[in-house]
Amino acid sequence: MAEADRPWEVAAPFGLLAELTHRCPLHCPYCANPIQLTPRADELTTAQWKDVISQAHAIGVVQLHLSGGEPLARADLPELAFHARSSGAYVNLVTSGVGLTRERALLLADRGVDHVQLSLQDADAGPADYVAGARAHQCKLAAAKAITGAGLPLTVNIVLHRGNIGRTARIIDLAVALGADRVELANAQFYGWGLLNRSTLLPTRDQLDASLVAVEQARTRHAAAGRGPHIVHVVSDYYAGRPKPCMDGWARRQLTVTPSGDVLPCPGASVIRSLPVENALRRPLAEIWYDSEAFNAFRGTGWMSDPCRSCPSRHEDFGGCRCQAFHLTGDAARTDPVCRLSPDRALIDSALAQAGGLPQADHVMRTPPVADARTASEGR
Amino acid sequence: MTTGPTAAVGPAPAPRLGPGVRFTHDAARAADLLLLPEKVLVLNTTAAAVLALCDGSRGLDEITAALKDRYEHVNRQDVIDLLARLEQHRAVAHG
Ligand SMILES: C[S@@+](CC[C@H](N)C(=O)[O-])C[C@H]1O[C@@H](n2cnc3c(N)ncnc32)[C@H](O)[C@@H]1O
Ligand code: SF4
Ligand code: SF4
Repeated sequence: MAEADRPWEVAAPFGLLAELTHRCPLHCPYCANPIQLTPRADELTTAQWKDVISQAHAIGVVQLHLSGGEPLARADLPELAFHARSSGAYVNLVTSGVGLTRERALLLADRGVDHVQLSLQDADAGPADYVAGARAHQCKLAAAKAITGAGLPLTVNIVLHRGNIGRTARIIDLAVALGADRVELANAQFYGWGLLNRSTLLPTRDQLDASLVAVEQARTRHAAAGRGPHIVHVVSDYYAGRPKPCMDGWARRQLTVTPSGDVLPCPGASVIRSLPVENALRRPLAEIWYDSEAFNAFRGTGWMSDPCRSCPSRHEDFGGCRCQAFHLTGDAARTDPVCRLSPDRALIDSALAQAGGLPQADHVMRTPPVADARTASEGR
Repeated sequence: MTTGPTAAVGPAPAPRLGPGVRFTHDAARAADLLLLPEKVLVLNTTAAAVLALCDGSRGLDEITAALKDRYEHVNRQDVIDLLARLEQHRAVAHG
């Protein structure tokens, strides 16, 4: 037990989530990006991103997720993909697909992208475009074709929420028809814009139960039809009553770099204001990973208090999500409130009791950072 | 021969790496890795040896035979079990 409590047993990271930009043509109200989006002027340059990727490789990173915002908004995306792949890293592109033409998909495949995760909003253009706040659905269908046409393996991602969860079966069928090898259904998690819109996004218990049945039926249906895709279904931790093993443990396997070069243990961690924020332009990645206060703050189990401290599950779920604990209780070191053993569980139950109460139209769309909006309108 | 019923529920006859799966050696960790869309598996020697033979051309018998050429104590059932576990991770797919 003492072994696992030793904070200095730090292994090399496996993955880097590179949020290349916060710019995005869509406005998903569930977006997990922070409310404080990074304006374009503060984004790392191509050379700076390449340096970050090289440093990440040097400290052990073998998997790179190119995400955002919308990574296609960066003209240097193929160059960065090539740079990452040259180091041997697995390159995963996470995209909304808007702007992913056949030519671009072929170029990205040629530059070494290993796999593409394409997100859809819904099964039909009407509700999909409503949630995206843009006419995006048709572009996404074309993007899926471009991806598979370029020989790239495809995962289709869908965030499930109150507005689309009733169409779970048809969403899966669409993903399969688009040629997905994997379908990832993620019930909306409540971070950033998603937390802001929690009351309109949370499905009811009945909706969730129906979608669980729909997923099982789809698994049988598509397995029977031959080579079925892998269907991953991540149920909301609010309903599961057990915390997710967030990031497989704080600063244990992955790190995140934001558009401006902030280095975080997870994409949500910028909300924890009690922690100093490190930046790749000011400090080497190796030092941040091994020696920084932020990365060491919740490593291991030594930081835990009750009920986690003595709980047998603490080595599997690591006490849940630090950002969620901070968001909901103001203290990042508390037990994740979604846990049934947490003294703060009532915060979750009261949110669940209100699920289904507010109309979907009340949601707040994700909007670009103010500086970008101004530049865009001045440019006209 | 036990191929009949066992093979029907067990792993595919000619396994190969699944879509988007890449086998690599990591010099820094001195380990063989399997890179998948959403995860990284650190392979032990046995898993690495079996995966290196999963190219879609060899069936279970050929894989077992090739392993027997190189290692002592190769058990066909162990290979079946390992392939089944790798299939669960979506690391290998049907040939
Ligand atoms: C933040 S997006 C960035 C990439 C790209 N703009 C896109 O949407 O595909 C990364 C992935 O997270 C998913 N996502 C966004 N908000 C989420 C939330 N609140 N809960 C779960 N997944 C979410 C998106 O569907 C997408 O697959
Ligand atoms: S989730 Fe939607 S709004 Fe957020 S970055 Fe992706 S496409 Fe843009
Ligand atoms: S008390 Fe802590 S360690 Fe135990 S299940 Fe809850 S969050 Fe996990």
